[in-house]
Amino acid sequence: MASKFYAQVARTRCVSCGACTHECPRDAIRVWKGCFALVDPLRCIGCGKCKKACPADCIDMKLREADA
Amino acid sequence: MKKSKKWYDYLWIWSILYFTLGFFNILFAWLGMIDFLLPLLLALFGGDKFFCNHLCGRGQLFTVLPRALKCSRGKPAPAWLSSKWFRYGFLLFFLTMFANIVHQTYLVYAGASSLREVVKLFWTFRVPWGWAYTAGTTADWVAQFSFGFYSLMLTSTLIGLIVMALYRPRTWCSFCPMGSMTQLICKAKHRGEQPE
Repeated sequence: MASKFYAQVARTRCVSCGACTHECPRDAIRVWKGCFALVDPLRCIGCGKCKKACPADCIDMKLREADA
Repeated sequence: MKKSKKWYDYLWIWSILYFTLGFFNILFAWLGMIDFLLPLLLALFGGDKFFCNHLCGRGQLFTVLPRALKCSRGKPAPAWLSSKWFRYGFLLFFLTMFANIVHQTYLVYAGASSLREVVKLFWTFRVPWGWAYTAGTTADWVAQFSFGFYSLMLTSTLIGLIVMALYRPRTWCSFCPMGSMTQLICKAKHRGEQPE
């Protein structure tokens, strides 16, 4: 299921708690070596569940077209 | 799509059990050292935050409670709560308070101070907790550490519950001292590395 949006993590602000990973219905987000969360934009469906769960509010939804 | 649950997805029960056991017998507070040492060991030797990401009963409790009771506003927390200054400042404060518990324990061990059967909430309010300990059951210093450590665990959980209600469920995680410490370890271990 494609979406115009995908999640993007501000790595410097991420606290790597993993709250986002539990919310993602597509397993598109993981915590990279305990340092920060990492999104696979190809798997991300842009549902925004990770953004709502993030306690540090460091996830933004980006328009795919903007990066193309 | 529902994810299949693993055994460690139920560790929030451990969190409730810990405080229940400590309510009746303060010596169970020592079990909290698992939550103190395991994250550090996993970060040091595993190089990740497996504890925070999968095994933290407290973090799970803050997720489970709002789902069941709708008790979180779900609003973003103020940015300063997850700022580096606050996180590392709180970590320093937390470690200082832990050192104080160890110091109090030593004073009781050395006979320079007597056992205080109280739980200190928010590092300020002394709550009598005498029912949870029968004098003479064990060495006084063992009990003193239990009272101190249970105070620390209960206080941090209460803070977590308050920010859970006010902001997003796992707001506590954004300034949790254990989380800050383990992230520092992971960043140091993986310095210079980049995800492929």
